Amino acid sequence: MTQHMTIESLNARSSRRQVLSRRQVMIGAAGLTFAVALGANRRAAGAALAGERGGKALSPWVSIATDGTITIMSPATEMGQGSMTSLPLIVAEELDADWSKVRVVPAPPIDAIYGNPGFQGMMYTAGSNAVTSYYRPLRVFGAQVRRVLMENAGKKLGVPLEELSTEPSAVVHVKSGRKLSYGEIAAFAEVPDKAPEVKPEALKKPSEFRLIGKDVPRVEVPGKVNGSARYSIDVQVPNMLYGAVLRAPVEGSVPDKIDDTKAKVIAGAVRIVRLPYGVGVLAETPWAAFEARQALTQSVTWSRTGTAWGFDSDKGMERFAADAKDLARGATEWSKVGDPRGEMPKASSVFEAEYRCDYAYHAQMEPLNAIASVSPSGDSVEIWAGTQSQSIACEAPAKVLGIARDKVKLHDMLMGGGFGRRGNRDVDFIIDAVLLSKEAGRPVKVMWTREDDVHSGRFRPISAHYLKAGFDPSGKLTAWHHRIAVDRVGPYMDPVRYQMSGGKDFIAMLGGEPRGYDVPHQLVEQLYRDTGVRTNPLRGISFTANKFATETFIDEIALKRGIDPVKFRLELLKNTPRASKVVERVAEMANWGKKRDGRGVGVAYIDYSGSQVAGIAEVSVDRANGQIRVHDFWCTIDCGVAVQPDNVVAQTESSIVYGLGMSLTERISVKNGAVEQSNFYDYRVPRMNEVPAMHIEVIATDNHPTGAGQMATPLIAPAISNAVMQLAGVRLRHTPFTPERVKVALG
Amino acid sequence: MAINFTVNGKAASTDAPPTTPLLWVIREDLKLTGTKFGCGTGLCGACMVHIDGRRAFSCQTQISEMAGKSVTTIEGLSADSSHPLQKAWLAEQVPQCGYCQSGQIMSAADLLKHNPKPTRDQIVEHMSANICRCGTYQRIVRAVERAAREA
Repeated sequence: MTQHMTIESLNARSSRRQVLSRRQVMIGAAGLTFAVALGANRRAAGAALAGERGGKALSPWVSIATDGTITIMSPATEMGQGSMTSLPLIVAEELDADWSKVRVVPAPPIDAIYGNPGFQGMMYTAGSNAVTSYYRPLRVFGAQVRRVLMENAGKKLGVPLEELSTEPSAVVHVKSGRKLSYGEIAAFAEVPDKAPEVKPEALKKPSEFRLIGKDVPRVEVPGKVNGSARYSIDVQVPNMLYGAVLRAPVEGSVPDKIDDTKAKVIAGAVRIVRLPYGVGVLAETPWAAFEARQALTQSVTWSRTGTAWGFDSDKGMERFAADAKDLARGATEWSKVGDPRGEMPKASSVFEAEYRCDYAYHAQMEPLNAIASVSPSGDSVEIWAGTQSQSIACEAPAKVLGIARDKVKLHDMLMGGGFGRRGNRDVDFIIDAVLLSKEAGRPVKVMWTREDDVHSGRFRPISAHYLKAGFDPSGKLTAWHHRIAVDRVGPYMDPVRYQMSGGKDFIAMLGGEPRGYDVPHQLVEQLYRDTGVRTNPLRGISFTANKFATETFIDEIALKRGIDPVKFRLELLKNTPRASKVVERVAEMANWGKKRDGRGVGVAYIDYSGSQVAGIAEVSVDRANGQIRVHDFWCTIDCGVAVQPDNVVAQTESSIVYGLGMSLTERISVKNGAVEQSNFYDYRVPRMNEVPAMHIEVIATDNHPTGAGQMATPLIAPAISNAVMQLAGVRLRHTPFTPERVKVALG
Repeated sequence: MAINFTVNGKAASTDAPPTTPLLWVIREDLKLTGTKFGCGTGLCGACMVHIDGRRAFSCQTQISEMAGKSVTTIEGLSADSSHPLQKAWLAEQVPQCGYCQSGQIMSAADLLKHNPKPTRDQIVEHMSANICRCGTYQRIVRAVERAAREA
């Protein structure tokens, strides 16, 4: 018998309510966000969770087959960051599993069980916080399953629990020399009504870890060297059509007149469909879909609705900058420490500076795409997509179709890059497929061209920064004021979370304060701007812009005061030992004080959501053509417990390269509301011949793990700007540092 | 008119319109989805295959040019991931999102086939035709060097 009950997560909101069958609610879930009593049907418990798992469900997270195969659910989606390995590895550690017997499967989209505690319980992979947020609960869940196995073994062997221990995938009774493998226990195990209590002190000490910190190969990597890894773009389903969508050049516009004469005669084109926000094409082949879409480009007129009409990003930037430094312009307080409003006027001297950052594009290698199959009656849909949020990927289509969320069957696929692009609340790329499938009455695979992906990108916002520092008579930095005029992100990309967070625009504002540094009075303010341009979280989010401003400013202050930039930072960091350590160590690695011929070095330090990172760039500048070359980049990162240390290195390499592009070449400009760039020829991302030699040291500590997926990205621009200053005596204040801008600065 | 060519040693035939890029025939008709669509303009290398033994952007190759030619895709590089580059890619844990890596490996295979002991500079120059947005470049260099050493 299946009974239903409504589960409400701790963060109770009606929209988060989900109906779970009693069988879905079992041990393990209790520690996450809710607690329920369990039914009597123990042996079948959890079987309904996911079709893919085999063996006995010992928890919603773990099943064990009699052959010893252990299936562990992966609640985070995989975009190359490695969570599909590191999260199950945390469960396996406390479960004392033999990792070679572990199979990882994507968790089904059930927020109440698998939701991310760091995102109000929704299933959302972002912010480099998967390990951070899931670390404690997953350890407990793993330990609970281990305890259940031991209790069952104790009963079978007729020995008390205290005499039992485990070795990888086996319960051992040392006294008698008897041993039961996890697979053997699974054959007879009974799962208790309530998960056994596991106290924090019963968990392993870091010194006892067998898996965490030991670098296991990532589970999905073998399929990525032979072409067998499956991304949504690779999916084909029977009777499928291909779709493409021509979107409005300006956000908020809708199609007015559609002349489909040229498009519909393309061989293979099936139908041209008016969508609420664009014009869709249905075709027999992808190439026909793209050709028909191309044939529409000059044949559709658009309503002049939408805020962005007429917007020009160069002019917009000038206005942002003027407003940021005009203290009479109203601003919203973002953060405050001490009494900055009272203390700044008392400063015996002050220093001011301004910085600017342009729009930037994600450029994930897999263009956006999805496959949807809406049932003939329209009352259910099956979706294949790469998404950073299984919750949103179910909720948004359900809303569009007017059906219940559990009528959406989602296959979350590997992502060919995410970088923040695949987590927006309206999942534009999935809705395309849903609407066209509904229209066609058949499954449809919609693919965006690279040009679509750029033109209808969702960008890191433009921002202009005004900073002011106040000093006491001894020259000590006492007051800090940072005003940020920035295109809004939260209200556009995810109005639901924006509201839940009390109207704080985190994606635009985090990192504006000089966290870690001893500055007694600080004020950070937002000048909220809405240009109408599509904006989004993008790897490094606002840290990239805000730390460019703050870390360059810190350098300017050091130079003004005649203090070495590393020494100045260490003075300000003297009360934060972990921060001091990363700065000291990176300076050693780079041989900071060394005189370099024709090259300059620059340093930056960041506390990024608790992770301590520092970097030093060594650069040269070609004065004739304005090209900056970064020859070496040294980087230290302390992210607490490093679950997969080599993957932390890989993610740091990755985030350095990403930051390099945004520092030197990557720039989206908007003219009359439309994006000017189209493809990799005018949106240039780093290639192999442009990346520096990267020297990375992970300083592992026993602290709770913090993020690793994007932490170095914001180091790059300030480190380069500071290095160019040291080398050439000019200050670069506007990212990206394009050759034209460098030449202007060099004079 | 049907166009006949060879893919991974097997005969293939298509009646796709002549301007259709080889990429879409490989991916959607032959269902060899290891070759990826990235930019459609020959700028990123995600679509890299070998045609008659040299690397080529399959998104820039019209099917009409393919009559009688021989294509190798990532699926045909080895039957069991045993090509020295594939082994090196695993040993160095190169892939992150992995989407570009078929193209990277096909580019590198073309390099090693014609220059079994490339210098670091030669590797960098050759491989700069391919974009990896995850920035795995440093590991790609290490993997190509390893494959050249261990092959």
